[in-house]
Amino acid sequence: MLTNILEQLINGLRTGSIYALIALGYTMVYGIAKMINFAHGDIIMVGAYALYVAVALLHLPAIPAVIFTCVVCAVLGVIIERIAYKPLRNAPRLAVLITAIGVSYFLQSASLIIFKATPIPFQSIINVDSINIGGVTISGITIVTLVVTTISMIILTFFINKTKAGSAMRAVSEDMGAAQLVGINVNKTITMTFAIGSFLAAVAGILYICQYQSLKPTMGALPGIKAFVAAVLGGIGSIPGAMLGGIVLGIIESFSKAFISTELSDAIVFSVLVIVLLVRPSGFLGKKKSEKV
Amino acid sequence: MALLEVNNLGISFGGLRAVDNFNITIEKGDLYGLIGPNGAGKTTVFNLLTGVYVPTDGSIVLDGVKLNGKPAHDICKCGMARTFQNIRLFDKMSVLDNVKTALHNQVKYSLLSSIIRTPAYFNAERNMDKKAIEILKVFGLDRICEYKASNLPYGMQRKLEIARALATNPKLLLLDEPAAGMNPTETQELMDMIRFIRDNFDIAVLLIEHDMNLVLGICEQLKVLDYGRIIAEGDPVKVVNDPRVITAYLGE
Repeated sequence: MLTNILEQLINGLRTGSIYALIALGYTMVYGIAKMINFAHGDIIMVGAYALYVAVALLHLPAIPAVIFTCVVCAVLGVIIERIAYKPLRNAPRLAVLITAIGVSYFLQSASLIIFKATPIPFQSIINVDSINIGGVTISGITIVTLVVTTISMIILTFFINKTKAGSAMRAVSEDMGAAQLVGINVNKTITMTFAIGSFLAAVAGILYICQYQSLKPTMGALPGIKAFVAAVLGGIGSIPGAMLGGIVLGIIESFSKAFISTELSDAIVFSVLVIVLLVRPSGFLGKKKSEKV
Repeated sequence: MALLEVNNLGISFGGLRAVDNFNITIEKGDLYGLIGPNGAGKTTVFNLLTGVYVPTDGSIVLDGVKLNGKPAHDICKCGMARTFQNIRLFDKMSVLDNVKTALHNQVKYSLLSSIIRTPAYFNAERNMDKKAIEILKVFGLDRICEYKASNLPYGMQRKLEIARALATNPKLLLLDEPAAGMNPTETQELMDMIRFIRDNFDIAVLLIEHDMNLVLGICEQLKVLDYGRIIAEGDPVKVVNDPRVITAYLGE
């Protein structure tokens, strides 16, 4: 029983850290551009297909294929921002939200045209042996996922807190007008945020596809929406919140699949969101907004 | 040539002429005041100068560079810095980081060198820290540079905002109601500080203020705005006794 619990916990950490990587993209873009980028989930899908193209069609070795995937996604994120969101910088938020949903369907339809609807099987590029610690088996992909996510988060935290570009991002997210007037190029900062968010989505896409080993054009939707839930759970706009939210969500999902019901697991995840938001409307680490009367 | 030359500056919002035919010439080292009743268009002038609004007509030339239509961050780089009527600090950041964001345009290191942490990155960061502390010292804020900006008392937040504006290395500093909400002692301190900054940082200052003690105490020249137009200008004491100015403030 204890072994089972530990194994489920590790499974949960694995899925959760993938959600966390995706959630970071949602939360960073929200923090800076004050918009929910609903096309973010589909970047994962594009990442998965890019990896497939690199490995199965171009026959690239693993490392160059991963770099190729990350670059494709980062560039795509920047292009989407430039074409779809930048012209709407001063438009009402609802317009931007609808645009984001439009971009999401555009990406799905484009990949439907190029790669067709039939799921494509994919051979994992991660070949690490599983290990056994005291009866608990940890698969190779789990180890890689946890290591990669941890490293990504450490680099990101350092980047946000200790570099010029990172503090420009924090400044823009607090007060775009004031940031501009101390000489920060807001457009450049927003572009960079999209590039970083999409880069992390590519990493998540690679880990995701190596786990599930099947590609289809709508594959980004569910992890995308769950990561969004994770971002809200942790407090949207908060970077540590997104990390925490993702991992908590992954663990809840894994436990409910194992001990309650596979069919109900998604319902349980979303119920948790409802309950958390009832108790803490701004999420675990979100900032409470108090208004002076 | 003058430091700032503004000719025939104007902006319309729909049918409303918020600022009309605004002219000002500021020389290096000037301490210039801009006054007028509420809603006269003073802050709008600041917004036009700093690129928040694009002027409908007129020209703005700072130290020989034409600024019209440039984005706000470029105008800042050309040497124009400002503070806000309602304080706009980066609340969640430390005092030091607030000042450091304003130093960005003077320090160069690549994204890559910050990720792999080359000596260039560490040098640049260290120089920025040193410069920021130097500026904070002027305001007596260097000892609390690790505090979160939102935790500072009001008067210190005002000072920090001026420090942040100074960190952009301006030629002209625009202060929007720097004494708002300050008591007479603090205002006196602020006046000394503004003079000190002008003398030691080699800049000109243009300020909006309602506190007449401050205006008459430090400004060498005044412009009075009413309904977007200049109604009086020149020597402060003469200007505030001008019947047109008194009428604008108090009515007929």
